[in-house]
Amino acid sequence: MTTAAATGVRPRGGQSAGRLARRHGWTVGVYVLLLVLVLYWSTIPAKWGSFDVQSLAIDTLPLAFAAMAQSVVIISGGIDLSIGSLISLVNVVSAKYMIDTGFRHALLLAALLLLGSAAAGAFTGSLIVVSRVPDIVVTLAMLFVWAGLALEVLQIPGGGAPLPYLQLGTGHWWSQWIPSGLVILLLGFAVFWLPLRWARPGLALYSVGSNRNAAYLSGVGVARTRIFAYALGGLFGGLAGLALTATSGIGDPNAGQYYTLNSVAAAVLGGVSLVGGVGGLIGPIAAAFVVTLVKTMLILKGVDQNWAQVIQGSLIIVVVMIGGLAIRQRRRA
Amino acid sequence: MSAASPQIAPPQARFRGARNVLSENPAIALTLIFVALFVVTDIVNRAQSGKAFLTPTQVSTTFLYAAPLALLAAGQTLVMLTGGVDLSVATTATTAAFVTSGTANAHGTAVALLLALGLGFGIGLVNGIGVAVFRVNPLIMTLGISSVTLGALTIYSQKRFVALVPNVVNTLGSSRFLKYVPYDLLVWAPIAALIILGLRYSGFGRMIFAVGDNPVACRLAGVRVWQVLLLVYALCGAFSAVAGILLVGFNDAADLGIASPFLLPSVAAVVIGGTSILGGSGGYSGTILGALILTVLDSLLTILNASAAVKQMLYGAIILALAWLYARTSSGD
Repeated sequence: MTTAAATGVRPRGGQSAGRLARRHGWTVGVYVLLLVLVLYWSTIPAKWGSFDVQSLAIDTLPLAFAAMAQSVVIISGGIDLSIGSLISLVNVVSAKYMIDTGFRHALLLAALLLLGSAAAGAFTGSLIVVSRVPDIVVTLAMLFVWAGLALEVLQIPGGGAPLPYLQLGTGHWWSQWIPSGLVILLLGFAVFWLPLRWARPGLALYSVGSNRNAAYLSGVGVARTRIFAYALGGLFGGLAGLALTATSGIGDPNAGQYYTLNSVAAAVLGGVSLVGGVGGLIGPIAAAFVVTLVKTMLILKGVDQNWAQVIQGSLIIVVVMIGGLAIRQRRRA
Repeated sequence: MSAASPQIAPPQARFRGARNVLSENPAIALTLIFVALFVVTDIVNRAQSGKAFLTPTQVSTTFLYAAPLALLAAGQTLVMLTGGVDLSVATTATTAAFVTSGTANAHGTAVALLLALGLGFGIGLVNGIGVAVFRVNPLIMTLGISSVTLGALTIYSQKRFVALVPNVVNTLGSSRFLKYVPYDLLVWAPIAALIILGLRYSGFGRMIFAVGDNPVACRLAGVRVWQVLLLVYALCGAFSAVAGILLVGFNDAADLGIASPFLLPSVAAVVIGGTSILGGSGGYSGTILGALILTVLDSLLTILNASAAVKQMLYGAIILALAWLYARTSSGD
């Protein structure tokens, strides 16, 4: 957020168009990239149709929530490496106890798990604030604590969920072209983020992320806001875990590993700067689709699944490298 | 009152004196913990199976087991002294293990070992380029490299025939001479001496501390910070490769999970050894004791029938607790 500090010195009048482009240019760029990829993707299979759209939504849903979780925390000036194993934990707990229950019980359990994962996030955040140990160390330690717990709950992949619950993630509503997962994703965004974004908690989040001292001096509760960011991150992580159960149909104690790095990649690609205070959640959602689509397209092209993972990982590293370079350039400017 | 105060003061002063001695010489405290843990394990083992644990053979076995962990933690120490962390040490070690067992039969042991070391150095170099040149967060960079390496290894392991490990490597990793001295000490001891002396007396060693302490001051003083970081990460890769070679010698065959149980302990050993997670202070002698302590702790947990999940949670908790403790003592609370 050195940018705001630097540009704040200059008069801002009459630059609103330029400012708008600078603020939203990246997000628009990500959506253009997504559009281009989708157009290309639709030409690869012989018969591309609503089925492909549905499977993309299924593959992306957990990552999109994970990216939102990571973005909230990064915007507040932290980083959450434990998000992947928190997702695993929610995934295995839900799959273990949802099997052989009715839809209502499953939904009740899901609500409880959401509360629990938000509490888990708040716990991590409190540890960071109270201990004053860097975010990265605390969340790295929590990564192993949650992963250990997940392994304790379910040693091998197993469990399940009632059919109506699975259809929340894999079905389609109103039309073949509207996957239910996509609706759930937008609902999650609209219910848990939009009301906060321009209200006090959201603004506090951005101010703490961009300049902690300035935020403190202007009367923002820094400790409270940071804990809130991790709690909100935990909530979105819980949604990701529940989505993983709905889309995969089982609980897997190791499934979450994929999301630790990829959530950071989606956040960075989505325009969230790792220095904090910059970006939103709309960009990372599109970025999650881009990251997933790249792998889908590679596999459609006949690339071996493991090679696809290697290529996807390399691309992610390149994305993060470019992100690092961008921060460096901005610091210099 | 003035007569009473000297009577109250001495025990406090003595306590503070003892605390100062321990905090200035963490090696003494760590050695005490190591011995105490050994005695506890002995008692528990006697109670459970009636056999002694405090025997020359067990001491020798502890050193044999500790060597690969201590070598992984060696590179980790250097990286953490610069204020980073390397989460790719385990996959780098696995790569070295696969290369050693996969190429030894066709090209000879020497070539295989050189190839393994070179590959480790190369992976470390890539990490270093990302961290030093592109300023990517070390955790994210090494996590990304680790996932790419693991993908590539999966592909490699599917094509490879099961190959036997050359005898030299096997002896080095699992045998002892003079009844009690493990061969892997012949690898570990010189490297340990080199690191301890190098950190203390060489210009490069001093530079590692300086970069970890204050990279900006270093840059202003004319130090090429990126070169120091590059070499540190490359060395970390090379040491991890040595650890991988010892591990494959010990296990007699390479598999994908050969080194992954050592990832968190490698960080934990460094943290236990008193190296600051923020960089700039610490050293390798503490890490050696940290590795020995963790090895005995692992034996104790195995005797107590603790699951891998519980071990994982415990290591996470240890890292967190110690980071907290060191953060408190260093901030002067």
